[in-house]
Amino acid sequence: MNFNGILPLLVLASSLVPGMIIFFLPESRIRLRTTLNLTGAILKLLLIGYMLWGVQHDQSYVFRYNVLPDLELVFKADALALLFVTLSAALWFLTTLYAIGYLEGSPHRSRFFGFFSFCVTATVGVAMAGNLFTFFVFYELLTLSTYPLVVHRGTEAAIRAGNIYLVYTLAGGAVFLTGIVWLYGLLGQVEFTHGGVAATLGLEYTAQLQVIFLLLIAGLGVKAALVPLHGWLPQAMIAPAPVSALLHAVAVVKAGAFGIIRIVYEVYGIEFAQTLNLLMPLAIVASITIIWGSLRALWQDDLKRRLAYSTISQVSYIILGVTLFGPAGTIGGVVHLVHQGIMKITLFFCAGNYAETLGIHKISEMNGAGRRMPWTSIAFSVAAFGMMGAPLTAGYISKLYLIQGAEMAEMVWVSWMLTASGLLNAAYFLPILYRLWFINQPQTWLQERIRAQGRWETHGLLLIPPVVTAAVTLGAGIFADTGWSPLFWVKLVAEMEYLP
Amino acid sequence: MFDPVPWLILLPLAWGCLTFLAGIGRGGRLVVAGLIIQLVLTIILARQIVMEGARHYAVGGWGAPLGVDLYVDGLTGIMLLLTHVVALPLVVYARAYFSSQAEGASYFWPLTCFLLAAMNVLFMSADIFNIYVTLELLGLAAVGLVAAAGSAGSVTAAIRYLLVTLLGSGAYLMGVALLYGTYGSVSLAVLEPLLATTEISAAACLAAMLMLAGLLLKTALFPFHFWLPPAHGGAPAPVSALLSALVIKASFYLILRLWFDLFAPLVTTQAAQLLGGLGAAAILWGSILAFNQTRLKMLVAYSTVAQIGYLFLLFPLMTSAIPGAAESAMQGGVMQLVAHALAKAAMFAAAGVMVLSAGKDDIALLGGMSSHLPLTLFTFALAGITLMGLPPSGGFIAKWLLIDSAVSGGQWGWVVVMILGGLLSAAYVFKVLRQAFLPPVAGIKFKPVIRMLEWPAFLLALISLLLGFRSVEVLNLLGAA
Repeated sequence: MNFNGILPLLVLASSLVPGMIIFFLPESRIRLRTTLNLTGAILKLLLIGYMLWGVQHDQSYVFRYNVLPDLELVFKADALALLFVTLSAALWFLTTLYAIGYLEGSPHRSRFFGFFSFCVTATVGVAMAGNLFTFFVFYELLTLSTYPLVVHRGTEAAIRAGNIYLVYTLAGGAVFLTGIVWLYGLLGQVEFTHGGVAATLGLEYTAQLQVIFLLLIAGLGVKAALVPLHGWLPQAMIAPAPVSALLHAVAVVKAGAFGIIRIVYEVYGIEFAQTLNLLMPLAIVASITIIWGSLRALWQDDLKRRLAYSTISQVSYIILGVTLFGPAGTIGGVVHLVHQGIMKITLFFCAGNYAETLGIHKISEMNGAGRRMPWTSIAFSVAAFGMMGAPLTAGYISKLYLIQGAEMAEMVWVSWMLTASGLLNAAYFLPILYRLWFINQPQTWLQERIRAQGRWETHGLLLIPPVVTAAVTLGAGIFADTGWSPLFWVKLVAEMEYLP
Repeated sequence: MFDPVPWLILLPLAWGCLTFLAGIGRGGRLVVAGLIIQLVLTIILARQIVMEGARHYAVGGWGAPLGVDLYVDGLTGIMLLLTHVVALPLVVYARAYFSSQAEGASYFWPLTCFLLAAMNVLFMSADIFNIYVTLELLGLAAVGLVAAAGSAGSVTAAIRYLLVTLLGSGAYLMGVALLYGTYGSVSLAVLEPLLATTEISAAACLAAMLMLAGLLLKTALFPFHFWLPPAHGGAPAPVSALLSALVIKASFYLILRLWFDLFAPLVTTQAAQLLGGLGAAAILWGSILAFNQTRLKMLVAYSTVAQIGYLFLLFPLMTSAIPGAAESAMQGGVMQLVAHALAKAAMFAAAGVMVLSAGKDDIALLGGMSSHLPLTLFTFALAGITLMGLPPSGGFIAKWLLIDSAVSGGQWGWVVVMILGGLLSAAYVFKVLRQAFLPPVAGIKFKPVIRMLEWPAFLLALISLLLGFRSVEVLNLLGAA
């Protein structure tokens, strides 16, 4: 086997192996554990950097392994896969830094970082999966490796949240599996292919393919938090902040959304999906989710809960973009996969900072925090403006393409809906910003655990990651037209899906 | 060419006699060494089967119809290999277990050796009377192991188990007598063509019913499962693991053999559907009961009741006329058998460690286990992944094959049962896991456990998990004609 075939495996191993070693490390070996974590994360980034370079130079990275005579495990680092892999590896690196600072001195850190590494391995596996079978394997591993993180604190509330999480995700996985086996029965073993493969079956299978689509989307929709399958997400907020950050920005919800992208473009094919009348119902569900999530977010006083409902709403932008027939919609949806990740992780990092530094969990407690924690608050503000789709941020680019896509697909109601959602986003983010910057701070903070030291308003490892991601949010918006932006890469992907 | 077949029978008998002579509770090291030798022998045998195909072995040079025939094929190879892969870590575990808890150690070693000898012969027998003898030996050894714990509860369970096993083999023996009376032979090689060519007689039908009913009782298929949980849940952990992982599989193996070979002309689609229906009931009812248990080992025992159900789904799935569907069903069933044996052995062993450490068998006492015995809890979780049928475990591959077979054969009812069964097993596995994440119950003091207690169980769980990546080899061995 050549080196190009092993490369996807190395990318998986760079987080799997450190994770396995970390499990067996005693709690006290902090330095070794940190070294392992960061070495793995940096190594992964380097490997991915190499593959990014390679894919632009027409290299292909494929690994195959026969699990059964006619059942293959396939890893394929194509352009779409690399988009998601890069996002998860970069954010994993930052989240690891953040988590090291966040969990300093708390118990069970070996277990935490072990599962944390498994979780990223599963995400990268989902991203590089070359067929539905492989996708499913890692999709379920993701469920299993995130459960211990959700219940990490071991309180009654955490366990209850974990139960709800499991009920939703395992049931979703079971439905998904049924759909996959059925599809394999019809199509045989097929890999994700640009332009889709289901069209070969022809129209006499319309009814079956529609039911299968429903099963697949229902299974994926649980993790993508499509209404009415979103109930677990606000509950899972109980997890420690780095976990929420990863869950919302990269791992779980994105795995669902990414799966839907694969199903629509590379299994059914966008044109065949349109012929089968599958896109319109999905667009309606996504739109309902967008509005419903925003509406629910308005009423939450708990900061992390408000962000959770905001995630529900924002992830459906991706799905909505997928359903808008035409390249602009595709670009808007897929690029939002990256943009939402960067912005949402910033918001969660900041929420964690407020909670850890000042003991603030509720929005009503945030008065004047901008004065006390300027950097965190600037990062939060940038990301919040991004979510609203303000110009110069990454969110603006997403929304621009989505609205364009809606016009091209001649779905006027979608552009109205997007505008409404933008207003709702403003309605639940602006009050927070107002409290942060324009209301005076209280006499004493609720529970000031970390004192400001000179320039550092909080622990350095807690501060750097959100500032970096906020800067990237701006960068992805301002430099969207350069060759290194997510947008550029997404345009490449979209081209392939429409010109098979 | 070296032939491992006779050695696989003689060696365990020899270890059994030697450990018996060595005295109570002694001889563990010998059994470990002996099992290593036997494992090597089974690997050699499996390789021979893959290379050269199935073969007959005439004991003492006198084959059927006068003498006793042994027969090894792919399925035999899988069963023998599985037995030894499971038994070896378990005896290492048992040595550690009985060094910290003397209860039940008395005749563990000789009984285990006789148990393994009986199973080895059973898997290789091609003679229905010979099979009866091995069934009796197996049953008696198993009952002895259950009774060895010595507590009132375990003696009651053992007596009930004894009655069931005698009833089962009695029914089987009646069937054998009927067949012998009608056809004048007990050799499968002679009987098979006779049953296939002559007109189906009432005696043959009655014999088939008696023999299968006896075996179903021993396999503890719903509604014959009543005896299993107390017997398996009450025995010392290494015994529970042996019984749940291997012993019930022996009688299932016989059902599989008889159903598809000897009684193939007699069985009907309705009968297959009936077995499948009982299997489905076992999956659902067993899982619900498992979830309702308050004792850890009883939960694991009821899980066995549920998991046996999956094995019986292969009978209706095999009736499918769609090409490939029957083949996947057989492969899926055998994978499920193998994966379950590995996972259940690991799970019982892990449960034994937790009970030993907590001092009492109660799920409510497991709080804090995640920090006290992380490796053992991890073992339990990995075994649970196989039972839930989640990737990349062997249980997942089994379920994939079975669902694939059901979908392509259009038998949607079984798909629903399997999906529901997976979710229900998640419910009882996570019932244990989430308890372990809670803080410890006030006043509980965990006893430390030695490492050799934790690692063999972990190894078994790991094999069951990674089996998914080596399924091709297992199926190759199965397909060796």
